[in-house]
Amino acid sequence: MAEKHVITVNDSEFEAKVKNSELPCLVDFWAPWCGPCKSLGPVIDELAEEYDGKVQIVKMNVDDSPATPGKFGIKAIPTLILFKDGEAVDRITGAVGKAQLKDLLSKVS
Amino acid sequence: MKKTDYQMIIVGGGPAGLTAGLYAARGRLETVLIEKGATGGQVLVTDWVDNYPGFYDGIAGFELMEKMTAHVNRFDLEKKFATVASMNLQGEQKVITLESGEEVTGQTVIICTGAKPRKLGIPGEEELLGQGVSYCATCDGPFYRDQEIAVVGGGNTAIQEALHLTKFASKVTVIHRRDTLRATAILQEKAFAEEKIEFIWDAQVSEIIGNDEGVASLKIQHNDGTTSDLGVTGFFVLIGVAPNNEMLPLKQLETDAGGFIITDHEMCTKLPGVYAAGDIRSKNSRQIINAAGDGATAELSAEHYLSNMASPANP
Repeated sequence: MAEKHVITVNDSEFEAKVKNSELPCLVDFWAPWCGPCKSLGPVIDELAEEYDGKVQIVKMNVDDSPATPGKFGIKAIPTLILFKDGEAVDRITGAVGKAQLKDLLSKVS
Repeated sequence: MKKTDYQMIIVGGGPAGLTAGLYAARGRLETVLIEKGATGGQVLVTDWVDNYPGFYDGIAGFELMEKMTAHVNRFDLEKKFATVASMNLQGEQKVITLESGEEVTGQTVIICTGAKPRKLGIPGEEELLGQGVSYCATCDGPFYRDQEIAVVGGGNTAIQEALHLTKFASKVTVIHRRDTLRATAILQEKAFAEEKIEFIWDAQVSEIIGNDEGVASLKIQHNDGTTSDLGVTGFFVLIGVAPNNEMLPLKQLETDAGGFIITDHEMCTKLPGVYAAGDIRSKNSRQIINAAGDGATAELSAEHYLSNMASPANP
């Protein structure tokens, strides 16, 4: 199943699992009450499978972990932020298509 | 017949597409429903649905669409999660090309691609998207706890979502270009009774001003010629919808000035074997109930077309 390629992190794990990650990370900031986040779900799972070993796909629930989204000025979800070597490289807001996300990922892979 | 040659292809999995799919699956037609994200469509972002018959207590938009999806799953409707790149709907065999390059062919197509929030098209709107500009109150409302925000629009969506936003924001200013609301009476009554909602009538937003933290204020152009500024940290644009028609062969179909597909009352487009249902249709009211109704009508029209094709008297 695709889901095994996606990891879930919370505020306390963010530093270790995203900032210090060897692989570039795409972090999907989402919440259970957000419809467009849900509609992005299958696309995220597919990308996780396709980019296995190249980009780590990460999900963060903003309800459970409010500090990290606050630090990155997130005011809308879904927002996806691409991290490389611990730095935020680029971001996208909204339930965008797979092609747009692949464009984003091409910046680090 | 190729494996991909379906009797019916439904494009879009909102209320119209799911209802068409329900009828097609029960009719035992070789059918596939193509959806780009998760099934549910725009209702997924609707906070609360209080006007869908049978759900007499009201139901969360999200939950209603889970139920509609579970309903089609019970009849084993085949679903394909992919983005459609283009379509050729002329001729007897209709061809749908996916973003991956894969082609799906079928004898009939029901277009249920729906609509998306319309943008204002003013300075600051693109730049501040996700930084205070939002088209989804249910998604982004919780980021504005104890803050002052604004909503533009006067229809059902604008007023319903303004009421929803009062759960979080300290003040919600509704800006409307007329002096009366289009929203249904019961929503107007609730909005006028809500202490946190204020109105600016006869006015339009001409620019969104931002700072390092996102949206900071709105420039307001009043119909009497004066201007003013309104300090807000969030701005929700809820002014109606635009068609999801980028993947449609608009030269083959007939559309209205807004780009919505024109059909007859049986949901037939001008192309034989091609139907449209739900918000993508040219019509006056866009409701969950009439999207579902359109879906049922379109599917029955398509079944009728298929049975005429199969009839020996009409080879």
